Amino acid sequence: MNDYFRKYKNLMMLTVFIGATIIALIPLFGVLGYVVKNGLSALNLQFFVNLPKAMGLPGGGMANAIAGTLIMVLIASALGIPIGILAAIYLTEYDRHSWLSTAVRFATDVLTGIPSIIVGIVIYTAVVLRMGNFSALAGGLSLAVIMIPLIIRSTEEMLKLVSHSIREAGFALGISKAKTILKIVLPTAAKGIITGAMLAVARVAGETAPLLFTALGNQYWSRSLNEPTASLPVQIFQYATSPYKEWHQLAWAGSLVLILMVITLNLVARYAFRSRSI
Amino acid sequence: MGQTLSVRQLEAWYGSNKTLKGINMEVASNHVTAIIGPSGCGKSTFVRCINRMHETMPGTKVKGEIVLDGESIYDQDPVALRKMVGMVFQKPNPFPSMSIYENVVAGVRLNGMRNKQNLQGIAEKSLRMAALWDEVKDRLNYSGMSLSGGQQQRLCIARALAVEPSVLLMDEPASALDPIATTHIEELVRQLKEDYTILIVTHNMQQAARIADSTAFFLNGELVEHGATSEIFTNPNDKRTEDYITGRFG
Ligand SMILES: Nc1ncnc2c1ncn2[C@@H]1O[C@H](COP(=O)(O)OP(=O)(O)OP(=O)(O)O)[C@@H](O)[C@H]1O
Ligand SMILES: [Mg+2]
Repeated sequence: MNDYFRKYKNLMMLTVFIGATIIALIPLFGVLGYVVKNGLSALNLQFFVNLPKAMGLPGGGMANAIAGTLIMVLIASALGIPIGILAAIYLTEYDRHSWLSTAVRFATDVLTGIPSIIVGIVIYTAVVLRMGNFSALAGGLSLAVIMIPLIIRSTEEMLKLVSHSIREAGFALGISKAKTILKIVLPTAAKGIITGAMLAVARVAGETAPLLFTALGNQYWSRSLNEPTASLPVQIFQYATSPYKEWHQLAWAGSLVLILMVITLNLVARYAFRSRSI
Repeated sequence: MGQTLSVRQLEAWYGSNKTLKGINMEVASNHVTAIIGPSGCGKSTFVRCINRMHETMPGTKVKGEIVLDGESIYDQDPVALRKMVGMVFQKPNPFPSMSIYENVVAGVRLNGMRNKQNLQGIAEKSLRMAALWDEVKDRLNYSGMSLSGGQQQRLCIARALAVEPSVLLMDEPASALDPIATTHIEELVRQLKEDYTILIVTHNMQQAARIADSTAFFLNGELVEHGATSEIFTNPNDKRTEDYITGRFG
């Protein structure tokens, strides 16, 4: 009797676990499937090479938005990756226990959790209003601000995984601390650091809110980094909320491209640079 | 050429825990000096003071004087000092991102030597001295981590030798090795004393008796006795030394 009851209880729990997993997977695959289904039909070569066409006309594309996203992600990476990695080196290798690093660590934790729209507002006030216009620079800057704490955190974790005995071995050979860090510790943690950086890049590539305030968007090509610049997420937002069917189609295609970009970055980060051992 | 070391009133702390309580010791050049003593008595701490590695740990403190060939080590730049005072650690610690070859020449290369022929010559010479050359000569580009534990330890010895220090600190270099590799290392130590002053920490009495010219017995952060190995093992002055050597405690 008791035995039977236990088996029954086991079965019950298993059913609950499986049920919860299925419920969790429905929206996940639902979103993916929906985007693929709607996006695929609207995706064609024109999408990648054409500018947006006037309202309601067929054959428009998002070439400028794709380029804009790439440019702003590039600006963000060029700023965020080196700053994040260097700051993480300082925090782990030079100043692990001081009040300053504790403060910075606390700040990065807070910043990681801050809604990105707030970063957008701050950059809008601090940069866009002062420079007098929306721009790819301001957009890239806001993405960098979101990226830096992510990179500091992941780099720190990776550096901490490198055993202290490796550093001591470097010192014991009469190698200076800076060289030990650059030539021995960093290469040891390189794969993990690159993975973390790519995940951070993937994370900001899809940010919409901060770009609304900083890069704004553009129906045409931007001629410089100091002009309003289109980006995939913002373009998707504008098209999806428009009343035109053609634009809805383009928004789906844009969503698909954006998802593919992020998935690719994630996959490359996870598999190509997966660290074997530290 | 090896160099003489003289240690005066050396005290060392981890936090508030005093680990070395006033060590006075003369280490002759071109000698092998064995350091023995029960676990936790401060042997590693002692050798780590000699290349100023102890003080790199946060919260540690050192007092006293260590004089290397007439000059206080505390008057020297620690980075420069460590080129003269090499160290082999208790646990093998090859650089994971480097090949076997890169590991061996890391010290000289990261300190500026670029000439490829010189580097290769140094690599071969050091690996031969560490009795590893024959085993790795065909796979110098493999990762240092691809070696067995004993081979890794010999790789670390080769890496330390490549810098050509004059003093070599070895902290239980053979504790992870099989008897054959241990014999290799003991043989190596005997040869090396032609050119080096060697301090070797060991738990193995027979090993100390086999390779060391003099032996120092540590207990609870103090140097109980230091003398010719034959004296220490056959006719120790201190009762505690005798008890430890005959296995009555420790
Ligand atoms: N990193 C550390 N932090 C705090 N205390 C330490 C640390 N390393 C060693 N100690 C303490 O210092 C004392 C001496 O340690 P040490 O490593 O020098 O001993 P040892 O003689 O080398 O021992 P073993 O033979 O086990 O290697 C021990 O009591 C130990 O607990
Ligand atoms: Mg020890």
